[in-house]
Amino acid sequence: MAKYLLKRVFYLLLTLFIVITVTFFLMKLLPGTPLQNQQKLSPAQQHLILKQYGLTKPIWQQYLIYVGGVFQGNFGTSFQFSDQPVSYLISSRIGPSLLLGLQAMILGVVPGILVGALGAIKKNTWVDTTTTIISILGISIPSFVLAVLLQYFLGLKLHLFPIADWGGFAYTVLPTLALAASPFADTARFTRTEMVDVLNSDYIELARAKGLSKWGVIYHHALRNSLIPVVTIIGPLAVNIMTGSMVIENIFSIPGIGEQFVKSILTNDYPTIMAVTIVYSVMLMVVLLITDIVYGIIDPRIRISGRSN
Amino acid sequence: MADEVKLPADSFEPLDKSKHLDSEKIAAPNLTFMQDAWRRLKMNKSAIIAMIILVVFFVLAFGSAFFSPHNPNAVNPQFANLPPKWPGININGVNGTLMQAGTRVNAYQAAGAGAGVHYLLGTDYLGRDMLSRILFGTRISLTVAVVATAVDLLIGVTFGLFSGWKGGWIDNFMQRVIEIIMSIPTLVVVVLLILILKPGMMSITLAIAFSSWTTMARLIRAQTLELKEQEYVLAAKTLGESSLKIAFKHLLPNLSSIIIIQTMFTIPSAIFFEAFLSFVGIGISAPQASLGTLLNDGQKNFQFLPYQMWYPAIVLSVIMIAFNIFADGLRDAFDPQTKG
Repeated sequence: MAKYLLKRVFYLLLTLFIVITVTFFLMKLLPGTPLQNQQKLSPAQQHLILKQYGLTKPIWQQYLIYVGGVFQGNFGTSFQFSDQPVSYLISSRIGPSLLLGLQAMILGVVPGILVGALGAIKKNTWVDTTTTIISILGISIPSFVLAVLLQYFLGLKLHLFPIADWGGFAYTVLPTLALAASPFADTARFTRTEMVDVLNSDYIELARAKGLSKWGVIYHHALRNSLIPVVTIIGPLAVNIMTGSMVIENIFSIPGIGEQFVKSILTNDYPTIMAVTIVYSVMLMVVLLITDIVYGIIDPRIRISGRSN
Repeated sequence: MADEVKLPADSFEPLDKSKHLDSEKIAAPNLTFMQDAWRRLKMNKSAIIAMIILVVFFVLAFGSAFFSPHNPNAVNPQFANLPPKWPGININGVNGTLMQAGTRVNAYQAAGAGAGVHYLLGTDYLGRDMLSRILFGTRISLTVAVVATAVDLLIGVTFGLFSGWKGGWIDNFMQRVIEIIMSIPTLVVVVLLILILKPGMMSITLAIAFSSWTTMARLIRAQTLELKEQEYVLAAKTLGESSLKIAFKHLLPNLSSIIIIQTMFTIPSAIFFEAFLSFVGIGISAPQASLGTLLNDGQKNFQFLPYQMWYPAIVLSVIMIAFNIFADGLRDAFDPQTKG
């Protein structure tokens, strides 16, 4: 286990390093400087500003400085908001994004498991059909369409929740619903498939033959075994939520990093784009690592001890 | 004494040989792989309905290149923001009226449009016909998705086949590459690529293709690893076939069901990405339209002119639903053993 963990952390750092390197050089390929109204400035003034951002040094030096900075949590200075360190922009905005992400994850996964299990237990009945239709809708309808619909009906027409902005819990309801729809549908589908498979297995037959009650079999044997693989889709779900958050935060004017990312793309704020890219990758890699470890712990059949390879 | 069985003499006459020629015959026609899949697909009603819907959308969207009710880019400021109006039907919502400050106003009269002016789905803020724009937008969305999927297919299948076939350290290395790519959120990759390639139809297509081939590559590799241990591959190798020929003649046909299924799941996700990027403002740029840009435009006026958002939203959702149902159906048809 320790060996496996060490290997995984090594790959994580390697991946992180590659991500930093690739984004750095990609951003260097792009035109665009921190200068506003470039034509109006004299060459001396331009040089001064570029020097302030450290852009006069040779590229390899800039790269080393950047990599060194990233590992100390320093992502440079934003082009868009002059004198604003990017690390501050991100740390001040990551709170709402994490909160929304966690809420959406819980709201997606828990009901998703229940609905999926219900569909499998009542296979080929109207319950199954209904849950299948709901999950197809959840997978198909883009989160931003759903977000606008929620805004229109629950916010504008029924005045149940605020339509935008960021304040207390009430402000999180609509964006969380919009974000949770697709993880909910994915989880429900996945759980249903797993559960159908488990319900057909021999040990369920045995449990039934022993005379266990129907729900006893379902809870103790079927549900628990079908939940194990569900852990593996947490990673993809996290990606899903991250992707969704960029547009959902925009629609609901939430001060999160997704909204910041889109804003920096539209204003060519390269240091911020790079930083958010790195932050997103780190979050995803950590989620993937944690789910892999959890998977190994909860499923005794798959002991990730390094001998598997 | 046992009873003697009296057999008539003609019992010992040989039967006519030609009568029994049919005994070994298989009555049902010999189905090819595709015919078999089609037979199973036909039994799945929802998949067939989804297929028909998709065909209709494709025909309408691509047909609108030749027969469009209006020019999708013709600006007509006089008729800006007109609600839908269907000739001869007087139901609120499709009779050219809309609510303004609490009262229902005939927008067509207010704009000075004659009795013969009808916009079936209304017009946008520049007076462009919504129906034509939606058809035009659907065409671009579908084109981007299909081309992106084709490129994705090419990269994914080649990468997966090569990795699985070669095995050893090459395979190991290529898998690490995939793992690294997969641990960066797809959208971030797409955004970075679009920034470098400059926003536009071409770059958005390539960006989607370059960031979504990994799933295909992994599936193909896993299957190739299994297939290359098969006897027929060994036979082909023994007979001195080149690797390339084995890949094309033996591996690809056996991988076709995976490729078809995965492709059908890739197209809707490509449609989603395109709509997403255009909605955010880094996708297709004006004057071109896609479902994403139409949604973005519609969202600005959603409170007062909801129809401008409704119709693109409905079209996008229906296409996505149809693709997903059809893909599910295809998976069941091509691979009846998988659980689903």
